Amino acid sequence: MGKHVVAAVSELPPGSRRLVTVRGRPIAVFNLEGEFYALINRCPHQGAGLCEGDVTGLITADGPGRYRISRKGEIIRCPWHGWEFDIRTGQSWCEPSRIRTRKYPVEVANGASLVKGPYLAETVAVSVEQDYVVVEV
Amino acid sequence: MNAITAGAIDCDIHPGVPGIRTLLPYMNDHWQDAFVSRGADDFDLASYPTAAPITCRDDWRPTQGKPGTDFTLLQSQALDAFGTRFAICNPLYGGAVAVSESMGAAICSAINDWMRDQWLSRDPRLRASIVVPAQAPHLAVEEIERLAGDHRFVQILLPAAAELLYGKSYYWPIWQTAVKHGLPVGIHAGSMFRYAPTSNGWPSHYLHDYVSQSQVFEDQLLSLVTEGIFVRFPELRIVLLESGVTWLPGFLWRHRKTWRGVRAEVPWVDRPPPDIIRDHVRLTMQPFDAPPDPQVVAEMCDMIGSDDMLLFATDYPHWQFDATDAVPIGFPPDLLRKAMFDNPMSAYPRLKETVA
Ligand code: FES
Repeated sequence: MGKHVVAAVSELPPGSRRLVTVRGRPIAVFNLEGEFYALINRCPHQGAGLCEGDVTGLITADGPGRYRISRKGEIIRCPWHGWEFDIRTGQSWCEPSRIRTRKYPVEVANGASLVKGPYLAETVAVSVEQDYVVVEV
Repeated sequence: MNAITAGAIDCDIHPGVPGIRTLLPYMNDHWQDAFVSRGADDFDLASYPTAAPITCRDDWRPTQGKPGTDFTLLQSQALDAFGTRFAICNPLYGGAVAVSESMGAAICSAINDWMRDQWLSRDPRLRASIVVPAQAPHLAVEEIERLAGDHRFVQILLPAAAELLYGKSYYWPIWQTAVKHGLPVGIHAGSMFRYAPTSNGWPSHYLHDYVSQSQVFEDQLLSLVTEGIFVRFPELRIVLLESGVTWLPGFLWRHRKTWRGVRAEVPWVDRPPPDIIRDHVRLTMQPFDAPPDPQVVAEMCDMIGSDDMLLFATDYPHWQFDATDAVPIGFPPDLLRKAMFDNPMSAYPRLKETVA
């Protein structure tokens, strides 16, 4: 495991996502209202680029025909067969304990601490004035 | 007597309705007059032509009259021969499918009273379904209310193909009344023929019509689940009668697979559809539709994924098997015990009132 700088915080505003490659793994990083989450960009069903699907809310119901949407922007829907995953946990909606996509720890670190290490900034140029998104892979 | 089935509860037998003349004493003046003056008779279901092999096994065919109409024959062939403890009578006749709502209701009421008079009161092993005019849910509710107090009626009977899919709100009053009285609803193979029996028009042959019956059962299950009927009426229990069995595992798998991708369209279906169906739906075991291969039969039972769903039935006098071989070869013995007794007892709570 190593900590990898994948983007400056300023490049990943709330509601956005970015696909990066870390140690050869395709990983999608999401900003949900200032909190960052990272999921492997591979659907546990048949391997689609999960994080290229639509980001939506959670649709539930108070009874037949009574729709409700909550947690807007927190659900990713696989572009191939529509399975829904919780961006915060990587768990599927249908079978959260059995079907999940891999999740990686994310933190925000400032440039000054990054320059000291032990971070690996392979593709991102780090400057001391900025904050960065760091994924542990 | 068949020792294997001794003490079993037979969840699907068919006493035959001889015709309108038999039902006249159970009709009011108006309908007696109307049927006689119009000469209207023969409301037998097109789904079960009297002379067709499926409608009656050769050695069960009475020398006179229609299949299943002879009381003592039915006693010896359907009850004594299998050692049956209880058998549930599902009369199949035109009241439930007539185009006229009020005429349909009159025929259904007459059948229910005739059933009570001529069958239930003559053999304590017999129980029956309430036949209702499915074409008029408000009249169906009246009929259920009229008879629900007699606990020898243990179920409400509907045809598999009706005027609308059973998940539509039109039918809510029937589900509500069923739940109110603790009555399961039996959905029996057969059609009102308001539409072609296949989703792509009229088939040319009886073979096609009968084999394709499982499609409409799939549609009705899909409708009940996706419209949220089991959410609205959590106590509702459905029994599929003469639906066949082995189509079920593939259907459950396909239902679940597709639900995973599009479940947001029906978010009240908040758990896998097969789990909902396993909780709310039962099936009678004839026809079973598997080769006489113990391994295949055992695998099929396993794939259904529940020991609670199957209910023993002979489907008398319909021709599904020969002699008294009502149990598919290789049917797992533990499961058979449940299907013959425990499962019917829990599917039909009213049976418990007689059995200590
Ligand atoms: S590959 Fe993602 S749902 Fe099938």
